[in-house]
Amino acid sequence: MEAATAGRTTTETPAAPKKHRLSDRARAERRLGWLLCLPAVIVMVAVTAYPILYSIYLSLLRADLRFPDEREFIGLTNYVTVLTSSLWWSDFGRTMIILVFSVAIELVLGMLIALVMHRAIFGRGLVRTVTLIPYGIVTVVAAYAWLLAWSQPNGGFIPHMFGWDFDPVDQAHPITSFVVVILAEVWKTTPFMALLLLAGLALVPDELHEAAKVDGASAWQRFWKITVPLMKPAILVALLFRTMDAFRIFDSAYIIGQNGTNPKIETVSILGYNQLLTRLNLGLGSAVSVLIFICVILIALIFIKGLGTNRPGEA
Amino acid sequence: MDTERRNLRIFGWGVADGLVLLFALVPVLWIVSLSLKTPEQVTDGRVLPATWSLDNYDAVFSQDIFTAALRNSFGIAAIATVIAVVIASMAAYAIARLNFPGKVLILGSALMIAMFPPISIVGPLYNMWRNLGLYDTWPGLIIPYLSFALPLAIYTLTTFFREIPWELEQAAQIDGATPFQAFTKVIVPLAAPGVATTSILVFIFCWNDFLFASALTSTSAAQTVPAALAQFPGASQFSAPYGSIAAAAVIVTIPIIILVLFFQRRIVAGLTAGAVKG
Repeated sequence: MEAATAGRTTTETPAAPKKHRLSDRARAERRLGWLLCLPAVIVMVAVTAYPILYSIYLSLLRADLRFPDEREFIGLTNYVTVLTSSLWWSDFGRTMIILVFSVAIELVLGMLIALVMHRAIFGRGLVRTVTLIPYGIVTVVAAYAWLLAWSQPNGGFIPHMFGWDFDPVDQAHPITSFVVVILAEVWKTTPFMALLLLAGLALVPDELHEAAKVDGASAWQRFWKITVPLMKPAILVALLFRTMDAFRIFDSAYIIGQNGTNPKIETVSILGYNQLLTRLNLGLGSAVSVLIFICVILIALIFIKGLGTNRPGEA
Repeated sequence: MDTERRNLRIFGWGVADGLVLLFALVPVLWIVSLSLKTPEQVTDGRVLPATWSLDNYDAVFSQDIFTAALRNSFGIAAIATVIAVVIASMAAYAIARLNFPGKVLILGSALMIAMFPPISIVGPLYNMWRNLGLYDTWPGLIIPYLSFALPLAIYTLTTFFREIPWELEQAAQIDGATPFQAFTKVIVPLAAPGVATTSILVFIFCWNDFLFASALTSTSAAQTVPAALAQFPGASQFSAPYGSIAAAAVIVTIPIIILVLFFQRRIVAGLTAGAVKG
């Protein structure tokens, strides 16, 4: 077979065997493709698909590690318990407050920073490098920086500067607690937003701006009538990534809430974490985490609908 | 008149640059300042230390909890990065170059996993790891990091690999290179920047994790720095640990700042690769 094809390629090859050889090659290519992807698929399935199924299973059980003998199938009771508890809904509300404010502020700030990085006459390289620093900093570290700057009993410079004699990050001051969490989140993730928007800005052709300028459009009009519409896909992708990420917020709210003990800034992820790992109630905790998963899927679906054909993952 | 307007524009952009720098740097400078105060001054509320001291750094390095955590962080992040990048390179090569059904499915499920809320698998993993003896071990953290690092790595690498002019490989072979030479002398140098970028992003991702580290470890055997920070003891039983936390925070930040400063361009390219073109 080998020799035959080799012999044929040197002479004028008739059409039919060539086709046969191609499909042979195509089959080998397929096999190689699957083989190369196999390890990645196995790891991803083993460590995410299996646990999520296990999580769904656990959420249907009464499974409390403190009372292992009482484990039994109880159907959707855990979900009913979670969805009728005021704690889930208030934590959901708090998560949404953090999400809406931080993503909105990030979008505006990120756009401003992207414009500076794109248009500034000088200092672009410096700005680009320095804005990456928050991205690189460990979230827990960033959260401590903000917590310690605001915490009055721990000598934060902000309460000191304003002469406050109360602690803005304790339970008695939920609004300032929210402000600090939102600031920490905005600080840490705006660089990512700015970079995605910058990539979008680079796609807007300069000639359009020049033409509009000649026609007498102001910078403000050009921004809203040219830049924003052309950047819509980039903006939606950036919003999608950040919204899903912000809904899962855990690290900064946990640290700024002093290891999850400030109930006024408890998010749904902290609720799930506390149920699972502090109260060791695997059944209820799993129900909470499955609900978080469903919320994230819903957020993704809403955005992908808005994105239309510019879905990430399609070449 | 014209130079005046030009000066005004330069001034305006200067202010804009300055504001961005201020926004990015103030919290970092604050934590550095805090780490340089003496333990007694940590709570004095001053922006800059009254007297500068390295006491907090001394304290941090003399605590086993921190040195062990630093070792764990480096080891776990490095091993996870190497494994993830090798496995992802194979998959990304296949997706970028070969034609086979199921490609879109693999990319789609990778995206699904990237969106996945980690809290949803922490509970089952905690339970499974305790039964399997993986709780509080290096593999117990490396495995979940792999599953979340892989989608990121596959996406970024696929984007980079698609841009490699693969015809060069055949061209080299026509010029007399063996397939092995063509691969190592032509393709590897072209692919290296993408692989390096992906490694940095994956490393930062593993280095940054707090949720898995605090849920799946409990002792110095596998606890990483972010998890250890949240449980830091003070210099004495009655003093707050924040001076030590600040010093430890500065130490874990330094390697990442170095990476970011050296590889700024690559990181920007990598971060936007998956999202915009993907």
